[in-house]
Parts: sequence; structure tokens; C-alpha cells
Amino acid sequence: MPASVFAPWNDPSEKPLIRFRNVTKRFGDFTAIDDLSLDIFEREFFALLGPSGCGKTTMMRMLAGFESPSDGSIELAGQDIVSVPPNKRAVNMMFQSYALFPHLTIWDNIAFGLRRDKRPKLDIADRVEEMLKLTRLEKFARRKPHQISGGQRQRVALARSLAKAPKLLLLDEPLGALDKKLRQDTQFELMDIQEKTGTTFVIVTHDQEEAMTVASRVAVMDEGRLIQVATPDAIYEAPNSVYVADFIGDVNIIAGIASSTGPGRYKIAWREDQAPFVAMSDKPFSEGAECYLAIRPEKVQISAQKPDEAANTVQGTVLDIAYLGNISTYIVELANGTQIKAQIANTRRISNRSFTWEDTVWLSWSDTAGILLDG
Amino acid sequence: MTRLSWFNVTSLTLGFAFLYLPMVILVIFSFNESRLVTVWAGFSTKWYGELLGNEAFLDAAWVTLKVAVFSSTLATVLGTMAAYVLVRGRRFPGRTLFSGMIYAPLVMPEVITGLSLLLLFIGIGLDRGVMTIVLAHTTFAMCYVSVVVSSRLMTFDRSLEEAALDLGCSPFEAFRLVTLPIIAPAVISGWLLAFTLSLDDLVIASFAAGPSATTLPIKIFSAVRLGVSPEINALSTIMIAIVTVGVITASLISKQNAVRQQRDEQTAARTA
Repeated sequence: MPASVFAPWNDPSEKPLIRFRNVTKRFGDFTAIDDLSLDIFEREFFALLGPSGCGKTTMMRMLAGFESPSDGSIELAGQDIVSVPPNKRAVNMMFQSYALFPHLTIWDNIAFGLRRDKRPKLDIADRVEEMLKLTRLEKFARRKPHQISGGQRQRVALARSLAKAPKLLLLDEPLGALDKKLRQDTQFELMDIQEKTGTTFVIVTHDQEEAMTVASRVAVMDEGRLIQVATPDAIYEAPNSVYVADFIGDVNIIAGIASSTGPGRYKIAWREDQAPFVAMSDKPFSEGAECYLAIRPEKVQISAQKPDEAANTVQGTVLDIAYLGNISTYIVELANGTQIKAQIANTRRISNRSFTWEDTVWLSWSDTAGILLDG
Repeated sequence: MTRLSWFNVTSLTLGFAFLYLPMVILVIFSFNESRLVTVWAGFSTKWYGELLGNEAFLDAAWVTLKVAVFSSTLATVLGTMAAYVLVRGRRFPGRTLFSGMIYAPLVMPEVITGLSLLLLFIGIGLDRGVMTIVLAHTTFAMCYVSVVVSSRLMTFDRSLEEAALDLGCSPFEAFRLVTLPIIAPAVISGWLLAFTLSLDDLVIASFAAGPSATTLPIKIFSAVRLGVSPEINALSTIMIAIVTVGVITASLISKQNAVRQQRDEQTAARTA
């Protein structure tokens, strides 16, 4: 990797800012976090992604100090913080509900943390003005939280949690309450602010698109364990399991039996009456091993005639078309009932569409389009 | 709006008559010229004048006011603390028992509360007077305060306290700077409730009062036993007036708040 790329996780000499070491958290009989180890580096925008109840919020609350692990240790900048109470940690949190103090103005909300540090009045005023400017809230400084809109509240919450210049900022589903358009704008704003302030961000979300957009690395969690920790593109293009492939984005999963046809080259027998698929894989599969071929719908081509050059071709009929404006998803049913999704960018006006319901079509993809997974 | 049917008009009239007729009669007769309570002899305000000259009533009123202020303040502090611990505290053994026990005085017959307090005061050799009435009223008003405050705390967004801790508050600072200002309306209405309860309590006060201190309800009750005088009517009318003004003010303030908040939110929606 070139030196200019930000990837401290690949550099063995880099010291992590946060280090979870074999952390387990139990609530009664329920294990929320199961023997989990994880390093997060300075200046990272790290996303914890998973369905609700996967333990991502518990991880965040342990970092903030509202929960302590049942086992294991959590280090911040090399120091064990398990016994440090939340008000003594150089960590601030932006709450899902924003938790703005309703009885204080926007200005006083942002100044709240600074005042607890007993800083000089002038310093506090400067810092608050700086935060108001960063989040474009100067006009609203004298208002109360219930006098501003949801998007503005979200920015106040961000300004308040950034005011103390924490080493680490935790964001708990920060954009969950915003509508889609505002959410997208705010995602870029968050990334911008993260870059400007150089703070390490850890974000918890169940929205995979959000995690992919903002994060430098994404950790996909399930049932208190980390399934995969990687950059967004690696998570999307090279998921390590069917769970991750299925959780992130749309995917076609075809179960079959692998057999080797060359170095890194496999054929996957999936139906007796159909030709096997071919796929490349870096991961070795033994002869006759059960495997799953995962292909993203946008990597499947759809055509009226059988293409000559494609490594994998299969015929079917169009069962359904989901028109999403910029793209259309075609659900194609194969002769034996298997359904495969193909996504086509709508570069032409809808009236000129080449396929419609019940049409017989050919689906095709290359031998590197899919990824071979073992479960 | 649909017109009221005869049935609705009748039930409304009956209901209100049932509630307010006794009070209306009391108010009317407080302006009676005659010394006889049941015979109307023309309009006069002389009983109000005589009331002002009655030292015994004025003394009792002063004692009642002192008792109400002290006991409701003490009850508010203790009741708020109890509510906070019971709603917010970590689970501890017997927590359910404790929360049940704090509500017990609500359903306990007042006679029993009064008698047990009397026995306690005698047992520890406390002379009955203003102090014992304050203690007695604090005891039973505290649970009312704690009911009001804990119902507010249950709907209180806990992340506000966590945010305060996260921003560097000690747990006590978080309570003082965030929780208390937000639950203040509930604490104040708890105080008002305790204050009114103390003002009109007769049973418990009569157990806890001694010869050195008599509250107004005790005074009225014993005066009535010697015959109802128009002075008592006048006194009661004043009390009704005070309560009415208080209730109307409180509801006006809360209505104004609601209207303002709604307007603010509409402004916010427009500027969004």
C-alpha cells in the first residue's frame, strides 16, 4: 500500500488508541459481548455495524464508561480505563436521542462540558463560538433545544460532544432520527468535521449504507462477536462469510459443491440439470466441499441473446422488476425455480426498456464477479 | 358543535349542584347580617371584620402556615430523595419492598398514623407543639411527594443524566444541574400538594398538637362543636378563595407554557 493511504491497522509499529482485550459482558444469563478483542487507531472513523441486539451499543457504552466489562480489559491510549468513571474519561458521546439539556440554551448546552473543567470564561466563550461556527449554528445560539429543528439538534449534540476536544468521540446511531436527504448531507458533514478536528470517531449504526459511507473501517457484529473487521470496500467486495455478504447490500447466494479445475479456480456444481458455475477464489476449497457463491446483483449482466464471452451463463424468465429510478433490479427465475437478482443502471428512458415481465433472458457474469464462501 | 341534549344538561346541573351547592351556601351565609347561621337578615361584611379581631383564630392561622411551610419543604426534600433512589438506584435487595412501603401511608387510615405518631412522641418524650405537628405532617406528606416525583422520573430520559456525566459532571452535579431543573415542575407540584395536605389536615394534627399549638382546622372543628358561627363561614370563604386563586393561577401558567412550547416548535419546523 502507498504511504499516503490512511491505514494504520496494516502498520505493526502503530499503537492502537483503543484496545479491547478479550472483553466479555454478561447481563445476567445473557452474554452481550463474547470474548471480543479489537484495536481501533487514532484518527480512525470506525463503524460498529450489526442488527439490533448484536452488542454494538454495549461496546460503545463500555467505552463511555456506563457499563463495565464482566471480563477482559479496555485500554485507551495504553491505559486501562475499566475502573475510570465516565466523568473522568477523555471520551465524549453523542447520544441517539441527542440528550440535549432542554432547560439550557444551545450556547449553554455546548458550554456545559467546558464549564465542568473550570476553564476561564473567555476560553469557554471562544471555544463555544468555534463550535457554533464549525456546525453552522451561530444563528441559533440563544435558542432552546425545542425551538430548533431535528437536523439542528443533531448538530448541537455533535458540537457539545466535540467541545471538550475528546481523544475519542462516540456516536450512537447519530443520524437515525433524520430523513434520508438530510442524513446523506449530514454524513458528509460528519466526515468533514472528523477530518478537520482529527478526532477518532467510533460510530454505532444498523444502517449499512451509513457505515459504508462514513467509515474508514467497519466491524460487522453478530451475537456479541465480530464477524469481520475491514475497510468498506473489502467488506463489500470480499466478505468473509455468507452472514456479512448478506448483511451488507444485496447479494445472490448460490449453494453448491466445489471442485478444483486449476490453481485458484473452481467449478461449483449447483444443480444436476445445469452446467456448473466457475469462480476464482484465493481461499482454498477441498474437493467436494460445500460452498456458497455470492454475487452482487450489479455484477450480473442481463441480455436477450446468449453472450459468447461470459464464463457463467444461465437462462431464465423475468419474474419481477423493481424500478428504483437510477437503477432497476430484475428478479429472474431460472428453470428450476432459483431466483437471481440483476441490477441495471437506467441509462435510457423507461419507455425504451429492453426487457419486461415474462421475457426470456440470459444472465451472465465473469469468473471473478462472485466470491466463494464456506458459510 | 352538537347541541346539548336535555339529558346532558340535567346530568351536568345535578353533578355541579352536588359538588358546589354546599360551598355556595357557605359563601352566601358568610355575608349574613344575622348571628343565626340559618336565617338570612341582609348583606353585611361585619363577620370578616370580627374575624380580623379574633386573636385565637389568627394565632391558629399563623401556626398552620408555619407548619405547612416547614413540613411541605421537609417532605419535598425527603420525598424527592426517596423517589430518586427508588427510580434511579441500581437494583438492591428489597427494592420492591421499599417502593411498596413508601406508598403504604397513602392507604393507611389517618387515625392509625396519628395514634402511632402520638405513641412515638410520648415514647421518646417529645413535648407536643409546632415541632411535633411538622414532623407528623412531613411523615405523611412525604409519600405524596415521592409518588408525584417518581412518576416524573420514570418518564425522564435517562440519557440526559448520562450526557451530564459524560461531559464531566460528578453524579451529584448531574442531579443538581440537569435532573433537578428538569423535574422542578413535579417537585413544585409535590410541594404544593404537601402544603395543601398540611393546611387542611385535622386528624393527624389533633394527635400531634399540644396545648401550646393549635392549627386552624382544629380550631374550626372545636369552635363548630360549640355552634356554627358566621365567623367560621367567613374564614372558610377566605380559604376557598385562596385555594381557587391558586388552582386557577397554576392552570393558567401551565396552559401558557403549553401554548408557548407549541408555538416554538412550529417556528422551528418553519426554519428547518
